[in-house]
Amino acid sequence: MTQRLRSLVPLVAIAASGCVLGNESALNPGGPQSGRISTLAWYMFITAAIVWILVVIAVLYAARRGHRRDVADNSDEMNERLKKPVIIAASIAALVLVGTLVYSVSTGEALASLPRDKALRIEITGKQWWWLAEYADPVSGNQVITANEIHIPVGEPVQIVGTSPDVIHSFWVPGLTGKKDLVPGHATALWLQADKPGIYRGQCAEFCGHQHAKMGILVLAESRPQFEAWYKSQLQPAAPPSDSMSRAGEQVFMSKGCPLCHTVGGTRALGTIGPPLTHIGSSYTIAAGTLKNTRGNMAGWVVDPQRIKPGVRMPPNDLSGSELQALLSYLESLK
Amino acid sequence: MRRISHVTLGLLLVPIALSACRRETRRFREMAPAATATSVAQAVNLQPGPTYTVTQTNGPYQYNAYAISEGKMLYNQFNCVGCHSNGGGGMGPPLMDDKWIYGSDPASVFATIVEGRPNGMPSWRGRIPNYQVWRLVAYVRSMSGQSSKDASSGRDDHMFSRESEQRLDELKPKQASQPQLR
Repeated sequence: MTQRLRSLVPLVAIAASGCVLGNESALNPGGPQSGRISTLAWYMFITAAIVWILVVIAVLYAARRGHRRDVADNSDEMNERLKKPVIIAASIAALVLVGTLVYSVSTGEALASLPRDKALRIEITGKQWWWLAEYADPVSGNQVITANEIHIPVGEPVQIVGTSPDVIHSFWVPGLTGKKDLVPGHATALWLQADKPGIYRGQCAEFCGHQHAKMGILVLAESRPQFEAWYKSQLQPAAPPSDSMSRAGEQVFMSKGCPLCHTVGGTRALGTIGPPLTHIGSSYTIAAGTLKNTRGNMAGWVVDPQRIKPGVRMPPNDLSGSELQALLSYLESLK
Repeated sequence: MRRISHVTLGLLLVPIALSACRRETRRFREMAPAATATSVAQAVNLQPGPTYTVTQTNGPYQYNAYAISEGKMLYNQFNCVGCHSNGGGGMGPPLMDDKWIYGSDPASVFATIVEGRPNGMPSWRGRIPNYQVWRLVAYVRSMSGQSSKDASSGRDDHMFSRESEQRLDELKPKQASQPQLR
């Protein structure tokens, strides 16, 4: 028994190393779209497995039976004998393939259409190497702009419209739906819906440069009231710093290069090159899903982002210890 | 005989290949952040406190295509375009001509960006890190053909009324004075 348990240890370690924040598995569907995809995947896997087993059995049978010496290869008699089994086998193969094709195309059709007039619409821009999300709202000034983490209400269809300013990216949240390329100068759209509340992790699925692997996005599915509360809080400008430490941090933020690239709502910082930081204190991760949002991770990121994501647009920052601590307090206060 | 000529040809190709390496090198971490020098090129020698000398350097990027392309991107993102347009000038002087008010050598252009200049050019000291300023310097100089042609930035994706940087002829820098305010 202990032997058996011990043999499980490496397996558990492998499973744990794959543990990321949120569900990132196409085999663990959280919505109708990914449900269809995983059913199709299982159908194809099982069909292929059955075909493979039958072919192996046929080959073994033929090998065991051996060569028939009484009839010459390629003779009319041999061709006549083979006619029937070949026609039957080819028909079965054609039927299985056409059936799979029909199933696959109809699944694609079902994924593409989940139309609802008043669905939530989120415009996603994939950038090297992070995601900008803008919630469409008919009322001017009601558009929430956020980065790398999007919230959606459970059980409601959401339309994602995506594009890119630099290279082709691909929006992929395996737990919710299939992939969709984000193409420069062109808008593409897909539907998704989460039926189970929770955190779904997504990932850029089209190679887009040095930090393609560290371009993650979190989709947080929550109940309608929770979603609305979140939406309301995101519309607020940044809270002014309340204690002396974060006030000093705001000074550091504004006097260094930060506002050249980052926006903090309600302040002079209006840069649009990097992600908006208006509510960075309440986000789960930093650096596009790369690090958990802790004070230590943030410190490492601010001082030397090139060590964590080499090639990222953010430059290293030359800050003294006290400046850094103040800046961290300020960023934490931006709830 | 024939073999020797092949060897010679091979040896001749080596420096070309090596220069290509240098041209395309991508250096992500320029220096440990704590070691970043805060000193910049100075316009005058007058300074408070003990005297220290500032090394005149040409910057590391004059022959690096990647860095010049990055400089081009920063030129747009940091809104140099707002005053200098895409080189043709507007509120600020044009950068693609042969007239240089504050010097055309890399150290002078660096000082212009970091210190700022009268009549509108702001000081970017402490806001843009030194290595990004050097990338801007390399790009700004390439706009009048001052850096080598094979290391110029990438082609624009959209249409421009001017030639792309690779096709510009090198202009001989001339000293110019501040435009008179009317």
